[in-house]
Amino acid sequence: MAAKPKLHYPKGRGKMESIRWLLAAAGVEFDEQFIEKKEDLEKIRNDGSLLFQQVPMVEIDGMKMVQTRAILSYIAAKYNLYGKDLKERAWIDMYVEGTTDLMGMIMSLPLQAAETKDKHLALIIERATTRYFPVYEKALKTHGQDYLVGNKLSWADIQLLEAILMAEECKADILSAFPQLQAFKGRISNVPTIKKFLQPGSKRKPRPDEKYIAEMRKIFNF
Amino acid sequence: MSGKPKLHYFNGRGRMESIRWLLAAAGVEFEECFLEAKDDLVKLQKDGSLLFQQVPMVEIDGMKMVQTKAILSYIAGKYNLYGKDLKERALIDMYVEGMIDLNELLMVHTFQPAEKKEQHFATLVDKATNRYFPVFEKVLKDHGQDFLVGNQFSRADVQLLETLLTAEEFKPDILAKFPLLQSFKARTSNIPTIKKFLQPGSQRKPPLQEKDVEKVMKIFH
Repeated sequence: MAAKPKLHYPKGRGKMESIRWLLAAAGVEFDEQFIEKKEDLEKIRNDGSLLFQQVPMVEIDGMKMVQTRAILSYIAAKYNLYGKDLKERAWIDMYVEGTTDLMGMIMSLPLQAAETKDKHLALIIERATTRYFPVYEKALKTHGQDYLVGNKLSWADIQLLEAILMAEECKADILSAFPQLQAFKGRISNVPTIKKFLQPGSKRKPRPDEKYIAEMRKIFNF
Repeated sequence: MSGKPKLHYFNGRGRMESIRWLLAAAGVEFEECFLEAKDDLVKLQKDGSLLFQQVPMVEIDGMKMVQTKAILSYIAGKYNLYGKDLKERALIDMYVEGMIDLNELLMVHTFQPAEKKEQHFATLVDKATNRYFPVFEKVLKDHGQDFLVGNQFSRADVQLLETLLTAEEFKPDILAKFPLLQSFKARTSNIPTIKKFLQPGSQRKPPLQEKDVEKVMKIFH
């Protein structure tokens, strides 16, 4: 009997959110054990569950996996979302690393001091619209296919949708110059597993608010 | 026509060094095109060679690959340094990601402002000796094998050796409490391709000197 994967993280997006997206898109049900206070983190640190004393941690297939990228790669490969050969995987990896960089910038926005927030937001918008989105817009325009790599849904598509939605939370019309990405967003949002994940009541987590950030600071000491 | 991979970066370690290590360990000869000034970077950006306007960039197998992790994964996959199945790859990935985190700490140390350097040094020594090295010491102890994963040489072993040697540059006795890492270091350094890379005259780069920091900053900022 295959047990469901079990995710260990606070009840918020952070670095776990991409993992929730990928599992959901793959149609894999999962459980969550939320870290609500420092003691919860200490407990799994002390019982040897965390290889490098850090979360995300995902119990999956008899392993206690850590390191976001390792977990995502494993899930992608297991559920055939990683292309058909080494070269497709190379492209998926490149695209994923780009969206990871962009989402990393967005993720750190709530942590900025008040006086640097505006500047950081401006940088996010600049990077999104001049460095990252043009790449994916061009990729879709060039091959004219529905998906980024190999004419098939992959990890790269799922992560791009996640990044687009996060960027739109920063600036609602951020896709205005990117017609391919607008169509892509509509199309991928309608993939049944993803459509389900985007509905209320799913395990998708809301945008972090001040309260959540304060809790995270307490748990992780920063 | 050279089919050798071609590396585009400045003449120093930075994020390209792990790629040099992996290619060398795999016995793959490669060429390098060094960025000496900002104009060199701008030229690559303008001619569309850099997917996200950034280096490292490696021309390999007809692709202009960017993003360090993507490049490393491709090389590891191509040269059979990525384990024999999905679970071994998962372990390799976990270990490598941890080492990359430590490597990042080591890499940024030279760029710390003077007033933060001492604190940063203390942090990196603490993380190396309390968070990361104990993990790999234990892995080697538990299975008693020569290599980290699957009793076979993999990218995890290459990355670990690179990280151990770099850490020793910061604190020569940093492995004092880790006898298995010490013997791992000696053993892995003797693998012929790696031994060659560790000799003078190879494409391995020296640590960044304070005097070169400004030059590097000018290229990228």
